[in-house]
Amino acid sequence: MTSTSTTGPLQPTGAADAPAAGGGATPVRKEPRTRGAGGGLGRYLLVRFLLIIPTVFILVTVVFVLMRATGDPITAAQGGRLPADQLAERIHQAGYDRPILVQYGEYLGNILRGDFGTTLSDSRPVTEVLTTFGSATLELACYALLVAFVVGIPLGLVAAYFRDRSHDALLRVFAIACYATPVFFAGLLLKLVFAVQLDWLPVSGRASTRSEIEMRQLDNPTGIYLIDAIRTGNGEVVADVLQHAVLPAIALGLLTAGVFLRLVRTNVIGTLGSGYVDAARSRGVRESRLLRKHAYKPALIPIITVVGMQVAMLLVGAVLTETTFEWRGLGFQLSQYLQARDFVAVQGIVVLLAVIVAVTNFLVDVIAALIDPRVRY
Amino acid sequence: MATTPAAAPEAAPATPAAPARRGWRRLPVVHQLRQSVGLQRGMLIAGLVLTGLLVLTALLAPLLAPYGFNQLRDADGPFGAQQPPSAEHWLGTTVGGFDVLSRVIYGSRTALLVMIIAIAASLVIGVLLGLVSGYFGGWLDRVLVVAADAIYAFPSLLLAIVLAIVISGGQSSMWGGVLAAALSITVVFTPQYLRVVRAETIRIKSEAFVESARVIGASNGRIMTKHVLRNATRTLPLIITLNASEAVLTLAGLGFLGFGIEPTKAAEWGYDLNRAIADVTSGIWWTSVFPGLAIVLSVLGITLVGESLNDLADPRLRTRRASADVQGDVAATSVVPGGALTAPGGLEGLEPGTEAAR
Repeated sequence: MTSTSTTGPLQPTGAADAPAAGGGATPVRKEPRTRGAGGGLGRYLLVRFLLIIPTVFILVTVVFVLMRATGDPITAAQGGRLPADQLAERIHQAGYDRPILVQYGEYLGNILRGDFGTTLSDSRPVTEVLTTFGSATLELACYALLVAFVVGIPLGLVAAYFRDRSHDALLRVFAIACYATPVFFAGLLLKLVFAVQLDWLPVSGRASTRSEIEMRQLDNPTGIYLIDAIRTGNGEVVADVLQHAVLPAIALGLLTAGVFLRLVRTNVIGTLGSGYVDAARSRGVRESRLLRKHAYKPALIPIITVVGMQVAMLLVGAVLTETTFEWRGLGFQLSQYLQARDFVAVQGIVVLLAVIVAVTNFLVDVIAALIDPRVRY
Repeated sequence: MATTPAAAPEAAPATPAAPARRGWRRLPVVHQLRQSVGLQRGMLIAGLVLTGLLVLTALLAPLLAPYGFNQLRDADGPFGAQQPPSAEHWLGTTVGGFDVLSRVIYGSRTALLVMIIAIAASLVIGVLLGLVSGYFGGWLDRVLVVAADAIYAFPSLLLAIVLAIVISGGQSSMWGGVLAAALSITVVFTPQYLRVVRAETIRIKSEAFVESARVIGASNGRIMTKHVLRNATRTLPLIITLNASEAVLTLAGLGFLGFGIEPTKAAEWGYDLNRAIADVTSGIWWTSVFPGLAIVLSVLGITLVGESLNDLADPRLRTRRASADVQGDVAATSVVPGGALTAPGGLEGLEPGTEAAR
């Protein structure tokens, strides 16, 4: 009975079909499996891959309908600032006065070709915005994930081992506090203490101007500053880039660290109580080894699933963290476009982020299926 | 006939060992409070106290706040901008010259409003869709499940941005901001209610008492509301707490991106934090610390309640002393995907395999 309680309804897509499958109405595994285990995996991956299509389609449609239900982006951006005839002229030029279904069809066609629209305020293709600023967001997200792993997993182990004692209580409150603190507030606090009061670290930005100039002289800069900085071969630039990354990475990483901590704790408690751990203990295996080798490893598998869930959270967190630290990534750009009331750009970035989330969830499900045979059916 | 609906919930806990729980003791939070011990009880009580404080502050805001949330001057003249905490302004004034304490207090109203609207809307829609989806099955069920999965993956803040644009065109009226946050949370959380209720419905509809009801000729609507719904609500309190804290965080995030509510229309913590970014750089701490703390304490309170409920619903996590006392309940609650929050994927079935692999 208890095993059902561990697969819950709050998981992301594929892996979460497990509880639904108990009721037996999910399209994924409606048909009985006819082939062997290998075929089962292939089939699972194929179906899971095909499920991206409705997912993305629904998201794109929802955003399109919502954005266009109330009016066109040009009126939103310029309304009140332009005389009515000029406004109508520009709306006509952009094709926003055509029937909504025609526009919808065109929009879908464009997205299929990888065209997410052109920003109104600075006339750049949204995909170009993504390639220019995406690397900064990716870099931030990687740092944050690193912080989350380094902080969350060991602390989760400690909490599980000292279950229901004071260490555990403290760590759990810490985990909940991580979740309860909005990233931007955590960021502001870190800034206040470490950048302003103590003056240890830079207040904002991705690198100082001098380092940026030096990195710009590289051929084909990757946009990922750490790699670029290493390529300059100048230790000062590397140190500068890393110093700038510390506070944003901690602010964003702690949010996820709290989730990891809770997850590791729960699962290690589960494995610590299981038969094979008791068996190992009775064979005289030391407690520390028990924790490290026996209880810890199987407890890591669910983390992979959760990393997928965290991608959505990390992206949103990145939007807010970037605004806090003026980290010039996608999120910072998104908030700039929001303030410029450039809703074409906003729509493009939002849809793109949604696609990224959907694809990442797919990849995570694939990894989970490769590791954990119970996921595929 | 009159006895059927009354009898059904009694039969509901399905597992033979489950004792019948009655009256006020069966109410969600009250039941868990009685069930908990030690640390878990402490966490639950702390959470309830913090949440209670939030609600009280929101209700009594006009009495508690020394000034109005959009008040810039009193009889002695303007407050002045960025004044440090003093006897007149306990928590100082903002860059716009508002009293920080008053705005923090009034901000609880906005947060509570968003929470209430978001919970009410997603609860009604999600439960309804979940019931229909689970009870009738078929193509509608499949469409709903795929749609729910799609929307679930969508980051709620992005959705809130889109909705804020739609609802208020980016104009920051009070209701525009409140509705944008509340509705986006509704859209993101409806799939979760749907999933939980659907899974429960599928389980319950094959129970004997549902079949009995069908045999004696109860209509589908009656079975769904009287028999299935009443027994499918066990995990809802947990999701409601998640829903509420996410609502507060999304509202704050929206405000922080500069899409919140204008300061003259209502007080909103996230917006105040956005205005405080520049203050932080010049070492002015009081404009950001207090609204931020208000967010943290609100979410902390709600999350503590949710976390405790989650632990108490999961036999593996419940403090051991209690688990011996309520063995029957373990069976009854373990069908519920209560471990969802903390243990996706689960391990129970995995261990033998892992051992074998070694």
